Amino acid sequence: MALSATASGWRFKQPSVIPGFGLTLGFTLTYLTLIVLIPLAGLGVRSAALGWSGIWTIATDPRVVQALRVSFSTSLIAALVNAVFGVIVAWVLVRYRFPGRRILDAIVDLPFALPTAVAGIALTALYAPNGWIGQYLAPYGIRLAYTPTGIVIALIFIGLPFMVRTVQPVMEEISREVEEAAATLGANRFQTISRIILPGLAPAILTGFALAFGRAVGEYGSVIFIAGNIPYVSEIAPLLIVIRLEEYNYAGATTIALIMLIFSFAVLLAINLIQAWSRRRFGYGN
Amino acid sequence: MRTRFSKIFTAALLAGTVQFGALGMAFSQETLINVSYDPTRELYREFNAAFIAKWKADTGNDVTIQMSHGGSGAQARTVIDGLAADVVTLALEADINAIAEESGKIPADWRGTLENNNAPYTSTIVFLVRKGNPKGIEDWDDLIRDDVEVITPNPKTSGGARWNFLAAWAWARAEFGNEDQAKEFVGQIYRNVPVLDTGARGSTTTFVQRQIGDVLLAWENEAYLAIEELGPDAFDIVTPSISILAEPPVAIVDGNVDQKGTRELAEAYLDYLYSDEGQALAAKHFYRPFRPETAAAEDIERFGDVELVTIEDFGGWGEAQPFYFGDGGVFDEIYRPGQ
Repeated sequence: MALSATASGWRFKQPSVIPGFGLTLGFTLTYLTLIVLIPLAGLGVRSAALGWSGIWTIATDPRVVQALRVSFSTSLIAALVNAVFGVIVAWVLVRYRFPGRRILDAIVDLPFALPTAVAGIALTALYAPNGWIGQYLAPYGIRLAYTPTGIVIALIFIGLPFMVRTVQPVMEEISREVEEAAATLGANRFQTISRIILPGLAPAILTGFALAFGRAVGEYGSVIFIAGNIPYVSEIAPLLIVIRLEEYNYAGATTIALIMLIFSFAVLLAINLIQAWSRRRFGYGN
Repeated sequence: MRTRFSKIFTAALLAGTVQFGALGMAFSQETLINVSYDPTRELYREFNAAFIAKWKADTGNDVTIQMSHGGSGAQARTVIDGLAADVVTLALEADINAIAEESGKIPADWRGTLENNNAPYTSTIVFLVRKGNPKGIEDWDDLIRDDVEVITPNPKTSGGARWNFLAAWAWARAEFGNEDQAKEFVGQIYRNVPVLDTGARGSTTTFVQRQIGDVLLAWENEAYLAIEELGPDAFDIVTPSISILAEPPVAIVDGNVDQKGTRELAEAYLDYLYSDEGQALAAKHFYRPFRPETAAAEDIERFGDVELVTIEDFGGWGEAQPFYFGDGGVFDEIYRPGQ
């Protein structure tokens, strides 16, 4: 079975100290099928009931288009913000030793554990026009909650740990000697960061970006409390899916979900390709 | 020796079987699952306690009642998807119709199996305004003023919000005499809505906790509950001149009770809602009882006078649901861009 593969330097079955390749692969495939593939196939089956023209009608419906636009644009902005601030947070946690660092480190994980609805309600309490922060902005006509900006805030919140936790271990791997070498060769701080550190981190940053983005696109609980949910303005695609379910329109709901999935997959694939390229180009540990 | 041992063993086995068999039967017969919607939590907590006592007195049996609360549409879906509910007590006839159509566990002609179209208690839509009514909101036409912000949930996701929508429509139709102007009017109300929450409780939070908006369109029972819980010094209730008779219906899930053998219990449970005690409890929890004469007078006096239209004036839910709230229906048209 693995004959031709061996010739090209790739073998189906890698020898390992841990036995049971067949068993573990079988388990992996079964598990993935049950947990991921069958539910996703269900999406396709439900949508297929509509036929191509039905799917196309839904995909081009202005309300659906607008909701998808809101979802993807806010997710993109939130992931970009996280790409900057997540790296800074990771940098502080890796490079500096200060009292309370471990607590700070633990706090970063909280958005993972918190029910997102709780996060949404808490964020709304902060940013609503009468909230702790919102009340100081409202007099200047700045409204955060109940606008697309509010959605971005919620998505930054839930995406942050993905960024930090992806970048952190890679950052720990970059040895200080490289920076010191750069300095002895006459590089200034800016050159060290842009030529030495960032390229090394690029694959990790891209991974973190992809994870934060993917998470944000599907986010529902935290967003609906802060978004205001006005159709064509701050209505996100997951809410539109819930609305279709409330109409007992399963096919319509799964079709929007399928469209989201295809978009997300395309974006994630693109990020993966860039990532693979940058790993080959600058990669650490490879 | 050996036979004795095996006899004891057999006897023990037999006893065990009988014991557990009986237990199993007792369990299936004496547990009732009531799938309801959000604002009925307080009502059914008290009603269930009363029913359990009555059932014990009448039959000598203990009964356990499991409640499930949530958004009305989402609750209907869990029953469609197989939750073994014995009875459903939901916000909208349309939700029970959906169970009937999608699962076949409720007959299509369920409405009418109990008195008053299966609605033992009713409610209506009122305005909750801030104390002293600073914006002077008296009736529906105040809601389209530029200086008034209206809080109501999304009719797509909230059963209560559909009653809000139709109540506004009923007023406009009576006022202007035609449907086009009613649509224009209701559209203007929704342009004054800054936050469209997904459910009634979410809207109440937005209005009460976040202090957003000048008027909350709310179920009458929810409005009274909000005042009771948050203090009478924060809000006032304004009853508009016309509103809608909201009939949250109840029904037995035939497909499930026949399978579980709980029909008798489920029927007694729903009938008890119509009894004097059930009616009094409904009034106590701010629902308008079907037979007001059985409730305490001071509970009835709280309700404001209002002309109530019914869902039949909209052709019934079977017609109104797709026309106003379906995909591409009137509500979607209101939010067409460019308006």
